[in-house]
Parts: sequence; C-alpha cells; structure tokens
Amino acid sequence: MDTVSRPAQAAQAPFPKSHIRFFEREAPLGFLLLAPTLFMLLAFLAYPFMVGLWLSVTDSEVGMIGRFVGLSNYRFEFLNDPVFLTSVSNTFVYTAVTTVFKLVLGLVMALVLNQAFSLQRFVRAALLLPWIIPTVLSTLAWRWMFDPTFSVVNWVLTHSGLAARGVDWLGTPQTAMASLIIVNVWRGAPFYGISFLAGLQIIPVELYEAAKMDGATRWHQLLNITLPMLRPVLLVVLLLSTILTFADFQLPFVLTNGAPYSSSHVLATWAYAQAIQGGAIGIGAAVSLVLFPVLSIVTAAVLIVLRKQD
Amino acid sequence: MAIQDPPRPSSPLVPRRGTREPSPRPRGHEIGDTTFGRWMRIYVPVLLMLLVALFPFYWMLITSFKSPSELLDFSQSPLFVIKPTLEHYRHLFTQTNFARWTLNTAVVAVASTLISLLCSILAGYSLARLRYPGASAIGWGVFVTYLVPPTLLFLPLVLLIRELHLFNNLWSLILTYPTFLIPFSTWLLIGYFKSIPRELEESALMDGATRVQALLRIIAPLAFPGILSAAMFAFTLSWNEFLYSLIFMNDTIAKTIPVGVTSELIRGDDFFWGELMAASLLGSLPVALLYSFFVDRFVAGMTAGAVKG
Repeated sequence: MDTVSRPAQAAQAPFPKSHIRFFEREAPLGFLLLAPTLFMLLAFLAYPFMVGLWLSVTDSEVGMIGRFVGLSNYRFEFLNDPVFLTSVSNTFVYTAVTTVFKLVLGLVMALVLNQAFSLQRFVRAALLLPWIIPTVLSTLAWRWMFDPTFSVVNWVLTHSGLAARGVDWLGTPQTAMASLIIVNVWRGAPFYGISFLAGLQIIPVELYEAAKMDGATRWHQLLNITLPMLRPVLLVVLLLSTILTFADFQLPFVLTNGAPYSSSHVLATWAYAQAIQGGAIGIGAAVSLVLFPVLSIVTAAVLIVLRKQD
Repeated sequence: MAIQDPPRPSSPLVPRRGTREPSPRPRGHEIGDTTFGRWMRIYVPVLLMLLVALFPFYWMLITSFKSPSELLDFSQSPLFVIKPTLEHYRHLFTQTNFARWTLNTAVVAVASTLISLLCSILAGYSLARLRYPGASAIGWGVFVTYLVPPTLLFLPLVLLIRELHLFNNLWSLILTYPTFLIPFSTWLLIGYFKSIPRELEESALMDGATRVQALLRIIAPLAFPGILSAAMFAFTLSWNEFLYSLIFMNDTIAKTIPVGVTSELIRGDDFFWGELMAASLLGSLPVALLYSFFVDRFVAGMTAGAVKG
C-alpha cells in the first residue's frame, strides 16, 4: 500500500490532484453549482410568472391565445363580479381568523408538550398527523363528517346533549366558512405547535431557574421569558403560514368549492373556476394575481424579520 | 403550648414545624406538582388534543370497514363497526386504478425529491460557502421564490406544459414540483452548511482536495441530518401536491392519488364514502409511517429552518 509505505506524502495529498483549477476560483464554481437551481426556477417559476402577468391583460381562453385588452379583466372583476368581491373578503377572513386560532392553539400545544411525561414522543408524532397527511385526503374525511344527512359530528353533538339540532355545516354561507376555518385550524395548529415546541426547547433552563429564585410565577415566566425568547420562531411561522393560507387552494376546493351558491369561494378557487371550469384563462390569471400585492407585502415583512435575526 | 415534636431522624432536608419555610401549598393560581395538578397540566389537555387531532382518522378507518348498509345506518351508534368488511378495499383495487395512482404518486415524489435535493445541495453549498458578487442577492431571490405559491403559476404553466407536450405525462409534475421544493430545501441546507466549521473544509483544501471533493466527502456527510430533513419535507410536499396534477393529468392512468380519488370516487353528487375513506387511509399511510419514525428529525429540521433562518 502506497499510503502505508509513504506516510509523509499521503498526508500531503490524500485527495487526487485536480487539474481543473479554473473552477477552483470561487465565482465560476459558485455560479456553476447554482446553474441547475437557477435553470429550474427561471424555466418553471419566473417565466410562467411573467406569462401569467401577460395573460391577465389578454382575453385568452382555453386553447386560444387572446389579444391585449389592457386592464379590462381587472376592471371587470372589481366592478362587475360579485363572486370575486366575496372571494376577496373570504380570503382575508379565512386567513385572519385561522391564523389567530392556530397561533393561540399552537402556543398552548407547545407549552403542554414541553412538560416531561411518558409517551411524549408518541404524542408528538400523533399530534403532528393532521399536518402530515395529504390535505385533500383529510379534507375528504371532514367533508364526510360534515355530510348533510350522515354527519357524525352532528350525531355526537345531539346524542351528547351539546346541541338540540344538528348544524347544516356545508349548507349555509356562514357555516360553510366556519367549516373551512375549523378544518384549516385542525390541520395547521399542529405545525405551529411543533415549531413553537422546537423554539421552546432551545430556551436556556437557567433563565427559568433564575426567575424562580426571584419568585416569579409561571404566568410571569411565560410573559417575560417564554414569549420574548420565542419571538423569532413565532414571527417566521406566522408569516410563512399567512402566505400559505392566503393562497390556499386544496382545502377550500375539496371541502366546499364555493358552495353554497358561490358564497365560500376564496381567490384561488375562484381563479380555478373562472379559468379551468369556465375557460376564461385571462380572467382567471387576473383573479389569481390579485393575491400578489398582499403576498409581496407579507414577503417583504418576512425578509425584514429574517434579516434582523441575522 | 409545649407540645414537643416527636423525635424524628434528624434530617436537614425536613423542615421542622414552626420554622419559616415556604408553605408547600401552591402559590396563587400556580398548579403544583400534585397528581391532580399533573392531570390538569398534562393529561387532560393531551387527551383532548389527541381526541380532536385523531378523530378524523378514526372515522376514516371505521368508515372504510363498514358495509354500504351500515354506512348509512344511524339507528345504532355510528362510532363502531358491527360487521367489518373489506368490500371497499377490494373495490378500490379491482374497479379503480388506485394501484396505478399510488405508483404514479410514488414515482413523481421520489423523482422530484431527488432532483430538488441535487439542485439544493449544490446551490446551498454555493450560497453558504463561496464568496462572489451577487451571492447574497441570489440567496434572498431563491427565498423569495418560496413565497410564490402554485396558485399564481398554474394557469401559465398550463400553456408551458402544452408547448412541451407533457400533458398526462409524469414529467410535467417531476419538472414543476421542484419549483416549490428547491427554494425551501436550499434555505434549510444553507442553515446546516453554515453550522459546519469552515476549518474542516479548509484543511481538506490545504491537503489538495478540490472544492467539489470537499463538498462530497466532508460537508455533505456532516450535513446529512439536514439533507434527510430536506428529503422528508420534499417527499411529503410532493406526495401531497394537488393543484398541478389536477390540471395536468386527465387520463385515469396518469393521475396521482389525490386527483384520482377526488375525480373518480366522486361522481357528481354521488360520493362513494367507503372507497373514498379506504383510499384516503391508504394514501396517508406512507407519509404517516415516514413521520412516525422520524418525528425527532422533523422537529430538529424545523428548528434549523426557522431559527437559523
């Protein structure tokens, strides 16, 4: 063996020498390594995004590229499409209400799970399930649980005496929105909870010990140690989840798809309905792009927060 | 009042009556470490959360084993199965293309995960370790693309996929899924790569290794936990994707599980609940198993992603 007989040389060159010195310079190598990523993102993200901008100012339909019509798609949506206006307000309500609930429930979940008890690992894995399981599949289960005639939720409510009559979950505009919110919170709270738990576990124990010595109650410890230390994780989770909820398609599409009477559409499902089911691709593109200004604002907020943390 | 304390083994840990030790009773609203306290602090909330989180899966499970007549019979408790049957599962595999949908979903998830991992390991290393003009701007640019959701892209992608003649072709999904996988995994891996001491890599470079060798033999093995987390996230997100496959896949044999299930087990207003719940359960199993084995890995990944930024 070479390396055994000549240890000095082996220590100098355990790796075969490469002659491609050009790529050892940082800039060319850096861009070379970035190339696959940049190609995928430019071809399948940036380019389609530009095409989408262009589609929204044309009267394109399925199978037919349209001509330039200026901002008339947007004007039509905002002035003449009541379903669009409903879906804008639904999107905001859906995002705001679910975020508040997920935040509070996630925090409670993290604080409960942060205590020592047996089977902790099993409980964590089980509680994470709603977030792991394909949204479409779990939402189907909820749709069956909210069935107009055979709702097991109603069966439990009436048989346990919690309610005199069952609720028509997906049958009225208000309950349909409430159902969307319930299922979204059920699915999203575990993500908040597990993320917060990860954040809690890196808070130094010494802080709590010092506080206990000073006679601080659990409540004071929560307000003055836990929440401030959790702030970075809290903000990131909050903002990322806001973006995902704001643009959510799967859950509203499977649970109600706008029913009843197009009252529970959100922007994503209404864009799909207009463009794919109705064939008006230009209009659909305009509807989905209405999400963009809000997403940009939230994105800017994420960036500012992350940069501060750096 | 000279009641003497009974003689006890003198232990400095046991406070004697009459000394000014804090009362063992919990202060104010603080719940102490009594059995009752532990139940209120831990077991009651945990059991409640488990009940809410898991009930839909229980309902899936028992629905999938109920016979059609039992399914719609609420005269007895619907919470239990009286006569379990495998009818819906048999129907799923003999009358529908469920097996094919599962295969499609798996192929797409594995392929898009591999592509995304390859891209993001290279890009993550480049952005975390190499210094060149524009690196930081590109890093933030990649992060921003994570925030462009499929909802904004699906319509123009229809045109692009048509130009490429990829409708009903698994490649349409394998090529588009990385757009939401790469930004995320790159971001996660940058955090991991940065946490590896530079000295390890520099000593390899001094020994004559090229940077690519240093990446493959030193950085990648050390960042393996991060790569595993990224792979898990990517696989799960691909397995769960719905919008793109709903639009690109119309042939029954090209569909993925979520699309096949919603388009072929629901006909108009007819919901085949037995088959739907059986399919939902089977379609959830792979990711559920993955996470039950790796839940700690997942939590560590969250910390790295969210905290290291």
